[in-house]
Amino acid sequence: MATATEVLGTYEPGRPRRDARTAKRRVLLADLVGISPALALYAVFIVVPTVFALFLSFTDWNLIGRIRWVGLANWDRFLTDPVAHHSLLVTFELAGLSWLAQTPLAMALGIFVAGTQRYRAIYAAIYLVPLLLSTAGLSLMWQSFLFPQFGGLAWLGTHLHLEFLNQNWLGSPNLALFTVVVIIAWQFVPFHTLIFQAGRRSIPGELYDAATVDGVNTWQSFWHVTLPQLRYSIVTSSTLVLVGSLTYFDVIYILTLGGPGDTTRVLAMDMYNVGFTETQFGYASVLASVLGALGILLSIGLVRFTGFGTMEGGREGIW
Amino acid sequence: MVATTTGRAVGPVATPVRAARTRRRAQAPALSGIRGRSATSRFASFLLATAWLVVVLAPVYYMVLTSLRSPAQYLTANPWVPTGGLTWSSYTSMFHGSGIGTSLRNSAELAAGTIALVTVLSLGAAYRIVRRGSRFGAVSFRLILFGIAVPIQAIVIPLYFVTSELHIYDRLYGLVFVTGASLVPVAVLLMVNYVRLIPRELYDAMAVDGAGQWATFRRLVVPMARPVLAVVTIYSGLGAWNNFLLPLILTQSNNDIVLPLGLYRFGTNSQYGINVPVVMAFVFFTMAPVLLLYIGLRRQFVKGIGGFALR
Repeated sequence: MATATEVLGTYEPGRPRRDARTAKRRVLLADLVGISPALALYAVFIVVPTVFALFLSFTDWNLIGRIRWVGLANWDRFLTDPVAHHSLLVTFELAGLSWLAQTPLAMALGIFVAGTQRYRAIYAAIYLVPLLLSTAGLSLMWQSFLFPQFGGLAWLGTHLHLEFLNQNWLGSPNLALFTVVVIIAWQFVPFHTLIFQAGRRSIPGELYDAATVDGVNTWQSFWHVTLPQLRYSIVTSSTLVLVGSLTYFDVIYILTLGGPGDTTRVLAMDMYNVGFTETQFGYASVLASVLGALGILLSIGLVRFTGFGTMEGGREGIW
Repeated sequence: MVATTTGRAVGPVATPVRAARTRRRAQAPALSGIRGRSATSRFASFLLATAWLVVVLAPVYYMVLTSLRSPAQYLTANPWVPTGGLTWSSYTSMFHGSGIGTSLRNSAELAAGTIALVTVLSLGAAYRIVRRGSRFGAVSFRLILFGIAVPIQAIVIPLYFVTSELHIYDRLYGLVFVTGASLVPVAVLLMVNYVRLIPRELYDAMAVDGAGQWATFRRLVVPMARPVLAVVTIYSGLGAWNNFLLPLILTQSNNDIVLPLGLYRFGTNSQYGINVPVVMAFVFFTMAPVLLLYIGLRRQFVKGIGGFALR
C-alpha cells in the first residue's frame, strides 16, 4: 500500500491534490456563474432599495434638490404626526378585519375542497377565478357592481326590496373600510383556501381512523385532529393575511384614494401621498420603513416557525 | 435518457406528484368516513361552500353581462338576466381612444420578458444551490429567501430613485428588471424545492458519463425541471401581467403603459363620463387570456398561484 503510494507519488507528484483543488475551483466557478445573475438582479432591485429606504428616512430628499442628511427630524415628525398615527390605526383595523374575514372562511372552504368528491374539485377550480383578475380589473368590476342606483347590488336591493343593499358602499365613511375589507377578502380568500386545502390533505388518514375508533363526533375530530394538524397552515395563512393587509395599497388607491375623508387611508396610501404627491420623499421613507419593518418582522417570524428556509423541511403540500 | 443511464425508471418529476396522488387516494376512505358521520355538518359545509361560490361568481357574471350591454341598455335592462338585448359593441368601441393596443403589446412584452428573466435566472441559481458545492450557494440562498419578507410597497421610493439613476425609469425593460427581481425570491424557492428532489444517483450517473457542470445542467436538470418551469412561468407571468404598483411607480409615458394601468386610467378618467359597459369589456378582455390558460393548465396554475405557501 505504502509502496504503491510512493510509486505513484514519484511518478506524478502532487497531482491528486491539484486535481482536487481544480475541481473545487470549478465548482465555485459554476456556483458563481449559476447564482450570481439572480443574486445581482435581486441585490440591485430589492436589497439595495431596502437599505436605501432606511437611509432616505434620515434625509430631506424632495426629488429636485440634493439629498441632505437631517438626522432624526423625519422620525421626530412621525412621532407627533396625527395623520400618520391615524393611518397606522386604519392599517391595523384593516389587518385585523381582514384576518377575521379571511382566515376562518378560508379554513372552512379549504377543508371542504380537500374532500375527494368530483364536485368539490369543480368548486375548487371556480374558487380560484378571483386570482386570475388583475387588481385594477377587479377593483373596477367591484366599483360598478357596488355602484349606487345602477350597480348590480343596488338593482337587487331595489327590485327584491332588500333596502339594506342600497348603500353608497365606497362613498360612505361608515362603510368604505368594510367594503374594502370585503373586496380584499374576495381577492385573497382563494389563495388561503389553497393553503388550507393542501394542509388538510397532508393530514394522515390514520389520525382520523384512530379518532373514529375512539368514538369521537365530527366536531371533536375537527377540534382534536384537524385543527392541531393544521397549525402550520393557520400560521402561514394568518401571517400572509397580516403582512398582506398591513402593506395593502392597490384596491385602496384605485377605489377610494384613502377616502372618504381619511377612513380608508392606510399607511401605504399615506406613504404614496406624502412621497409621490407631496414629493417629501424623506418623510415618506419613514412611513415606508415602518411598513417594511412590520412586514419583514412578521415574515421572519413565519420563516422561523415553519422552517420554510431549510431545504430539508419535510412538509409537503400539493406537490 | 435518464432511465437508461441509471437503469432505474425514475420519473424525474413524476415522483413527487405521483406520491401526492397516491397519498390522496389512500386518504379517501378516512376523509369520507369522517364526512359521513354527521349529515348536519356535511350539509352546513356544503351550504357555506355554495354560498361562497355565488359570492365568487356574482360580480364576474355581472361584469361579463354588463360588458354585453349598450350604454342605454345598461341603464334600463335587468343586469342579472341576459334578456333585453345584448351587443358586442363595447368590445369594438373599447379599441377607440383607450390605447388598449399599446398597453396590450406592452403587457405581453413585459410578461414575456419577466418570464424569461425569472425562469432562467432562478433555475440556474437553484441548480447550484441544491448541489451545495460551495458556501457561496448556501449564503446566497439565505439572502435570496430574505427577499420573500420584503414588502414591495416599502421600497417603491428607493426603486424610483434607483431606476432613475440607472436611466431605466419609464422604460419597459426597466420594469422587466424590477418586476423580475421582485419575483426571483419565490421563484428560486419553488425551483430549489423541486430540483432537490432529483435523486443523487442521477448526478452520479452524469458524472460517470463524464458530464461537467454545464452538461449536467442542460441534460439532466433542465429536462427534469420542466414541470416546475411551467409553474414558475405561470407565477412570474401572472405577477407581471397583473402587476399594478410597479408600473404605477416606474412608468409614466403612454408609450410604456401596461394593461392594468391603462385599465385604471381608462376606468377612472371621468372626463367624458364613464361608459361602464366598455370598462367592463376592457376588464374582461384583460382577464380572458389568463382565464383560457387557466382552463388548460389548472394544476400548474394552482402551484404557480400558491407560490411558496404551498410547500
